[in-house]
Amino acid sequence: MVQRLRVRYAKRGRLRFTSHRDISRALERAVRRAGIPVAYSAGFSPHPKISYAGAAPTGVASEAEYLEIGVSRACDPLRLRADLDASLPPGLDVLDVVEAHAGSLADRLEGSMWEVRLTGVDPAEAASAVTAFLAAARVDVERLTKKGLRAFDARQAVQTLTVAENADGTAGQEPIQSCVILRMVVRHETPAVRPDDVLMGLRLVAGLAPPSPPAVTRLAQGPLDAITGEPADPLEADRVGDHL
Amino acid sequence: MSVESLFPRLEPLLPKVQKPIQYVGGELNSTVKDWDEATVRWALMYPDAYEVGLPNQGVQILYEILNELPDTMAERTYAVWPDLEALMRAEGVPQFTVDAHRPVRAFDVLGVSFSTELGYTNLLTALDLAGIPLHAVDRTDDDPIVLAGGHAAFNPEPIADFLDAAVLGDGEQIAIAISEVIREWKNEGEPGGRDGVLLRLAETGGVYVPKFYDVEYLPDGRIKRVVPNRPGVPSRVFKHTVMDLDEWPYPKKPLVPLAETVHERFSVEIFRGCTRGCRFCQAGMITRPVRERSITVIGDMVANGIKESGFNEVGLLSLSSADHSEIAEVAKGLADRYEGTNTSLSLPSTRVDAFNIDLANEFSRNGRRSGLTFAPEGGSERMRKVINKMVTEEDLIRTVTTAYTQGWRQVKLYFMCGLPTEEDIDVLGIADLAKKVIKAGREATGSRDIRCTVSIGGFVPKPHTPFQWAAQCDHETVDRRLRELRNSLRNDKQYGKAIGFRYHDGKPSIVEGLLSRGDRRVGAVIKAVWADGGRFDGWSEHFSYERWMKASAEVGVDVDWFTTREREEHEVLPWDHLDAGLDREWLWQDWQDAVNDVEVEDCRWTPCYDCGVCPTMGTEIQIGPTGRKLLPLTVV
Repeated sequence: MVQRLRVRYAKRGRLRFTSHRDISRALERAVRRAGIPVAYSAGFSPHPKISYAGAAPTGVASEAEYLEIGVSRACDPLRLRADLDASLPPGLDVLDVVEAHAGSLADRLEGSMWEVRLTGVDPAEAASAVTAFLAAARVDVERLTKKGLRAFDARQAVQTLTVAENADGTAGQEPIQSCVILRMVVRHETPAVRPDDVLMGLRLVAGLAPPSPPAVTRLAQGPLDAITGEPADPLEADRVGDHL
Repeated sequence: MSVESLFPRLEPLLPKVQKPIQYVGGELNSTVKDWDEATVRWALMYPDAYEVGLPNQGVQILYEILNELPDTMAERTYAVWPDLEALMRAEGVPQFTVDAHRPVRAFDVLGVSFSTELGYTNLLTALDLAGIPLHAVDRTDDDPIVLAGGHAAFNPEPIADFLDAAVLGDGEQIAIAISEVIREWKNEGEPGGRDGVLLRLAETGGVYVPKFYDVEYLPDGRIKRVVPNRPGVPSRVFKHTVMDLDEWPYPKKPLVPLAETVHERFSVEIFRGCTRGCRFCQAGMITRPVRERSITVIGDMVANGIKESGFNEVGLLSLSSADHSEIAEVAKGLADRYEGTNTSLSLPSTRVDAFNIDLANEFSRNGRRSGLTFAPEGGSERMRKVINKMVTEEDLIRTVTTAYTQGWRQVKLYFMCGLPTEEDIDVLGIADLAKKVIKAGREATGSRDIRCTVSIGGFVPKPHTPFQWAAQCDHETVDRRLRELRNSLRNDKQYGKAIGFRYHDGKPSIVEGLLSRGDRRVGAVIKAVWADGGRFDGWSEHFSYERWMKASAEVGVDVDWFTTREREEHEVLPWDHLDAGLDREWLWQDWQDAVNDVEVEDCRWTPCYDCGVCPTMGTEIQIGPTGRKLLPLTVV
């Protein structure tokens, strides 16, 4: 392995229904079709050196997923970005590629900004639920995991949580259905708090129960800015390195 | 009239179901054509879950061939799991294609590929969800032609009431021919409506339209005769055989799914047909003669398939892949070409001989020698003569020992239970064989680190085979023999721990037997089972033997009569009017030979023994060697 490249990609539209395993298979095949000289691990069953950082759950769209590819021959990041994007199915879109420099990418992913669209929810009801949630010291929720039902606090990891009515007025949407948009910045902690845990929290503290499944998108993830509290570009440190 | 996508109505349901990705389509190399620009529109269905159906070669080939025709389009649909089925019913979302999410009912043809009879209840679910009447006679000009293909279509009688038509054999040319008939009929303004086009198809002699045939029964329940009930309909319908596979190098654009499926590899069919003559094997009987793909076309297809798909595994498919006349050159050529590229090659062959090991060694040059499978099928020498699987005990032990000494640690041995004339001792012989294998293997390698797994399937007599007249073994006997075999293996202190044992209980085989050799009266059972919630009968967690027995009793079908009853020579069998080319007298003689332990050779290497297929179908054996070699690829 002579070089590591860090890739930001999006998971959009229908492809939000891919699981993490689906994506890793699709990527390995796309890399092969694109002729990218990916490095392989040694041993009896060699694996391509592609590692993933904090994948969004199945059913959740994302504008900010990250992975790292090790290659056996030096690659131009811009070229790799174009080749990999062309080889991936539409909906898995490569947004940014940089050569990796010092430091671990996973360590820089301190938190995520999520957008949650709730159809058929009353904006005032959503606003008061958000207020109640933020006012609570802790909000214990339960989630069914592979190890059974697990209880944990969903409040502490939530750095910001705001509510807005459908502001962009998406063209072609049914105008009658009101859409409430939640935005939240959630720190990556253990156990991980996900947007659906926050929604569960809103239901517990204020009885907010959306009539249809929420549309969730990860907008950004990265190091949390000390002033704004929002995630910054995690590849910035590598880009700075490029100029040295 | 254009057709709206159902996706906006389906999408809100997807977060509530397991593995939603299987319903969204968008596979690499999938095709969405303009609805209005096509004259003939096919919905192709594999009646099982997406993860099983997507990799199916038959569907992929027809999908590609039909979409290559300028005025024809094909989309795919699969069985939806019960969780989505419930939501679709609640929200009124009909059966959809995964390509453009169009409603299945809007298509001209719903072509369903049946590899196994256990998909029949899933056909009914799909029809019902699509809003297509279950019974062909209730359908209108607004419903598609429901057309069955695949190996189970060689006896479509149990589902005859639900089908408009069935085709036997290779689908490539007949799918194109059917499209032409439909196109002409539509361009002429659809004269005669639904029956008009069905009659045109029936008149070709290559498409079976069940409702144009009447079945008459004898007082004792056997079939008296099956006769066409309108002029122009031929009394026999013949299978289709594609000659010269090099002319049909499909799939050229293999579908690459996002969802995980049961076969994550690119597969090339290296030949069709098999004349080994194993008497239990329906595939070997109905796909004759052997037609090989040449070494160079195989090489080109592998190169193209890897480039188009990005798969890192290639499988060389056929009924007995080690029998290709140039398989050694193919294996070496491909292993040379892809050495060091992290591309693995697999050859699903179960031949019991040293040559098979040589091939496996070639395909495992990187040092991975995990497991090898051999299929002696019968536990005793006598049993193997009955089924015409010519392997002696000495052959088997020598072959397996060779595998162990060449570094293979794990050997799987495949057998069947419930074969005609089988006695307890034939099944218990499997235990002796397995113990001898381990003993010889330990002696030859000086190691105790070798294992063998005995895997057992229940035998089901199939139409168009010499065993079509045989009595199926009852499940109590099968289960008892398997129990005794298991005890014999488990209680062996010396070798028991080195021998694994895998088997299923005998009940599903009885249902498969009912559906395999049933006639039109069995359709009522299928419908009753489906109405009672029967779905995904090929999956043990969904299959219910009790549900099938209850339904059979309710509709008055005697399961034993269809399964464990031996037929006599001149009984009219439900599929006798469907012609696979096999001479009925030859099949009967082969059945008599089976009972008398008489073996028959392979006609590829010995003179023709007049099974009847080649003269009836106008076909011939097409095998190499071509003498050509695979050259290194310049760019990999």
